[in-house]
Amino acid sequence: MSAPVTPPATAATQAAPPPPETVTVKVNGKTVQVPKTMPNWQGKPEATTMLQAARCAGVDIPHYCYHDKLPVAGNCRMCLVEFGTPMIGPDRKPVLNEDGSPKIARSVLPYEPGTPRGAIACATPISPGMEIYADSPATKQMREAVLESLLINHPLDCPICDQAGECKLQEYSVQHGQAESRFVEAKVHKPKAVDLGPRIILDDERCVLCTRCIRFTKDIVNDDALGIVNRGSYNTISAFPGKTFDNNYTLNTVDLCPVGALTSKDFRFKMRVWFLKETASVCTTCGTGCNTTIGSREGVVHRLEPRANDAVNGPWMCDTGRLNYKWIARADRLKEVRVGGRKSTWSTALREITAKLSTAPAGSVAIVASARQTNEELFLLKRLATKLGAITDSIAREGEPDRLLVSGDRNPNSTGARLTGVSFTEAGIQLPKIAAGIASGTIRSLIVFGEDVTQHGIDASLLAKLDMLVVSDILPNATTEAATHLLPGAAAPEKRGTFVNVKGRLQKFHKAVEAPGDARPEIEFLQELADAVAGPTGTSTIEGLFNRMTADIPAFGGVQWSAVGDTGVTLSL
Amino acid sequence: MSTKVVERKPLSAWERSYIPSFLGGLGVTWNHFKRTAPFLGNKPITMEYPEQKWVVPEGYRGAPYLVKDQEGATKCVSCQLCEFVCPPKAIRITPPGENGQPADRANAEKMPREFEINMLRCIFCGLCQEVCPEEAIFLQKDYSLTGTSREEMVYNKEKLLKLGGTHAGIQKWKHKLEEAEAQESFPVATEPQKHSH
Amino acid sequence: MDFFQNLDPAVQFFIFSAVKIGVVFGVTMSFVAYSVLVERKVSAWIQDRVGPNRTSPPIAQFIPILGPFLTRLGIFQPMADGLKFLLKEDFTPNYVRLAYFWLAPAIAVIPAFLTLAVIPFGSTLGNPDNKMVIADLDVGILYTFGIVSLGVYGIVLAGYAANSKYPFLGGIRSTAQMISYEIAMGMSVVSVFLLVGDLNLSKVIEYQAHGGWLVFKQPLAFFIFLVAAFAETNRLPFDLPESESELVGGYHTEYSSMKFALFFLGEYANMIASSAMMVTLFFGGWTLPFLGEPASGLLGGLLHIGIFVAKMAAFMILFIWVRWMFPRFRYDQLMDLGWRRFIPLALANILVTALVVAFVNR
Repeated sequence: MSAPVTPPATAATQAAPPPPETVTVKVNGKTVQVPKTMPNWQGKPEATTMLQAARCAGVDIPHYCYHDKLPVAGNCRMCLVEFGTPMIGPDRKPVLNEDGSPKIARSVLPYEPGTPRGAIACATPISPGMEIYADSPATKQMREAVLESLLINHPLDCPICDQAGECKLQEYSVQHGQAESRFVEAKVHKPKAVDLGPRIILDDERCVLCTRCIRFTKDIVNDDALGIVNRGSYNTISAFPGKTFDNNYTLNTVDLCPVGALTSKDFRFKMRVWFLKETASVCTTCGTGCNTTIGSREGVVHRLEPRANDAVNGPWMCDTGRLNYKWIARADRLKEVRVGGRKSTWSTALREITAKLSTAPAGSVAIVASARQTNEELFLLKRLATKLGAITDSIAREGEPDRLLVSGDRNPNSTGARLTGVSFTEAGIQLPKIAAGIASGTIRSLIVFGEDVTQHGIDASLLAKLDMLVVSDILPNATTEAATHLLPGAAAPEKRGTFVNVKGRLQKFHKAVEAPGDARPEIEFLQELADAVAGPTGTSTIEGLFNRMTADIPAFGGVQWSAVGDTGVTLSL
Repeated sequence: MSTKVVERKPLSAWERSYIPSFLGGLGVTWNHFKRTAPFLGNKPITMEYPEQKWVVPEGYRGAPYLVKDQEGATKCVSCQLCEFVCPPKAIRITPPGENGQPADRANAEKMPREFEINMLRCIFCGLCQEVCPEEAIFLQKDYSLTGTSREEMVYNKEKLLKLGGTHAGIQKWKHKLEEAEAQESFPVATEPQKHSH
Repeated sequence: MDFFQNLDPAVQFFIFSAVKIGVVFGVTMSFVAYSVLVERKVSAWIQDRVGPNRTSPPIAQFIPILGPFLTRLGIFQPMADGLKFLLKEDFTPNYVRLAYFWLAPAIAVIPAFLTLAVIPFGSTLGNPDNKMVIADLDVGILYTFGIVSLGVYGIVLAGYAANSKYPFLGGIRSTAQMISYEIAMGMSVVSVFLLVGDLNLSKVIEYQAHGGWLVFKQPLAFFIFLVAAFAETNRLPFDLPESESELVGGYHTEYSSMKFALFFLGEYANMIASSAMMVTLFFGGWTLPFLGEPASGLLGGLLHIGIFVAKMAAFMILFIWVRWMFPRFRYDQLMDLGWRRFIPLALANILVTALVVAFVNR
């Protein structure tokens, strides 16, 4: 996680038509022009630091405590680098070398001019003509010394540490550390496996005291729950007495923690990270649509992590969304096609449904879609509805919003449902009309996707009146029980598609695992059904369907599938 | 030129008669016969396998088994490095997960819920032993692994531990625990801990 | 015995002959079987191996004292081999010439046994009228050569009948080889009969009993006969007709089961016949230098038979030994050796012998 924010992206968000003022510096002998100011953790312009300047030059300076989206603390000392500034003569003019270039004064200790003095790259602003020596012997020596200091009391228990494989301490030790320890005394032992909160376990011995977790919970979540207690070698991260570390964003500290000190209880000892296949996806828990990375192995989803997207969620996501994946592997997942309550096949079920729908009189069919479906699925349902003259609607799902990420709309694609015309400004407004239609006998067939309509005014006795009830869902409920044709569908990690979040951000997600049993991504059988009933769409791929949809519906502005990157595009609604 | 023509010595008439080579052949074959035949030398090179067993040399790479430490505790901590490094993917480890059985040893925190080696896939390369940070898996001296079904040749944790026996080592987790206990008590009590020392 | 003595002499002769045929056939068959075992054992020892040592019926291990030897020496291996040959699928490829295909193995094996008819394998068993030879022909050696040259038809037919290129090549090679070496073989024997003055093999033995073994008088003839015998029996170093490496078995490539076994049997029976011929012609047959008179009792008769069999066994072991010692000749070398070395040598030998007989021995 925490992919570095590229300066051009952030620059583009600022409304600054004149080219930004730049400063020329040298990084490892390479001259680069960097903006004089860059956005700080809150996005406000601040003097560019050496670390940011080095990044512009393509040089990564190792660091633990620095994070793009957190206040700078400068306490880990890992980013120490040797640097130099143009020498100024007594006449306040730059001193020049014989070849005319400015003479550079390397940073040295004030009381010991022969010894190089480093500066922390994360908090030292650049000045014109500055030279940063990210690879010099003195810099390397400083890094070695810092790492040795950090490792003095480290337990070196990587075999049992969940962070192993994505641990900055491991990585920097390999890249910049020493092969052997010179430390012969007994190590200081600190509390291990501390229960820090309902979702977090803390191992104090592994902590490098970078305070990223403290800054995150204080400055980002506004829940000042963590702090450092004790002195010297006994420094320990701890929750404040009487406070529990249980806000809805605690698991972000696990991502933030560069070492294995903070680990997730949910992911604890579950799978080694190097086995996980990473798939770019989108969280389906609310309308925000946080970008996620699904970690899966051999068809099993093991964890979700936030994927940085400054236009949506930054590098964060909430704990609720992060842990909302376990139902995917539930044993009672719908895995069989059922016709009339008996196990059947896709071809039989689709043939029967097609036959019924093709002969259905206009107005005798109603469709209840779900705002959890992808745009492409909704588009196909709308095609069906138009052909059949059917009433359509989706179901609203509301909750409490918070001030950071969680949206009040708990459907991931309410906007998409509105744009495709499946639901209206207020979702669910048509449901009573459908219920009445069934009661009066004008509606003979009902198609339900991913919703339990018995909870929304169309109860089992009404459903019993129907000639045909086609239900596609993932988990069993009262509606799937009543279905004449039950079509098992796929969860978001099992298919591809696009959502539009509450702010109009169109985002696509990819397939991480296979759907269980006979279950298929809805798009596949909906395509067959829509082609058979409403005439062919002329495309059989999700890309083609998406392009067709964006061409048909003006709100999508004709955006092509290939133009929607992994971080999405914002629609102008 | 890389080709070297070797001068071939012309054969004399006596040599061309095949008689010296015939006699030489008789001599060579007779010497072997004399050494091997039971009533003469009785020194065949063949080892009569099921009755005579081969003495496995030190460092032989036989079947990989899990070992226990001198206190009978499982050494494996389920780090899964062997599973990762295994070239034929013969090793399969089920990690303990959040609520798994705690490790046999006080301080090691975890051990595998299940550990399977498919001996039909294993190529006895020894990378698992090489990579193991806990000295928990060793290629031992078993070279004759047989079974009547494929399932039988997938050795589970219990079987691997039983076959592996004990390997006395430095017991680093125990050492760490002792070091922690020898230390003055931690200055300030912090949160309630799951694993008390 | 009285009953037997009272029978008509013709009937007596018939019964005696039948018994002799039966015994000779039975002994030869078991000789073949155990030659194979000896071949495998000797080859194993020459190659520092153990050889067959597993086959034994389960009850053998319970025999006191002998049990461990019986189970560990492979004594029962020939039985297992025989059983295997009998029980294997007799596969006939569908493109073979069926009649010849069936005929070939029989033709290969019969002449080998017929040859044995004229070999005197002992003196008498007490009765001077009843010689230990099945057919005491006056033209014994001519009969032998006549029959032996039939053996090649088995191989040629096999190569032809199989309708496949490797057996065909094997058959061709065999024909050329057999014809070539038969000449040398026949001519080497001529000198022997120049000395003996009779073609009856019993007379040859009689001559040797008094005049000393012919191997000392005709070493060159013996040498040529020995080499030619190797070639005639298709043994290494002259097994070109069946060379595994280039002809994948040669003439018997397409054969399996008992038909293959018949070729196998023929080869070993030929070896036995050749050994018997060499013993008879050059090594005094059943005689020893101090034991030349026909036996007067049953015991002496059996002793003579034992001497004959022992000499024959020695030649069998030579056959086997040479096989594991020599690599195969190249085909041109084989032909060169036959036509340009042995035939002139044999001719010269006849000439010298004839001159000696004509001028010295007179």
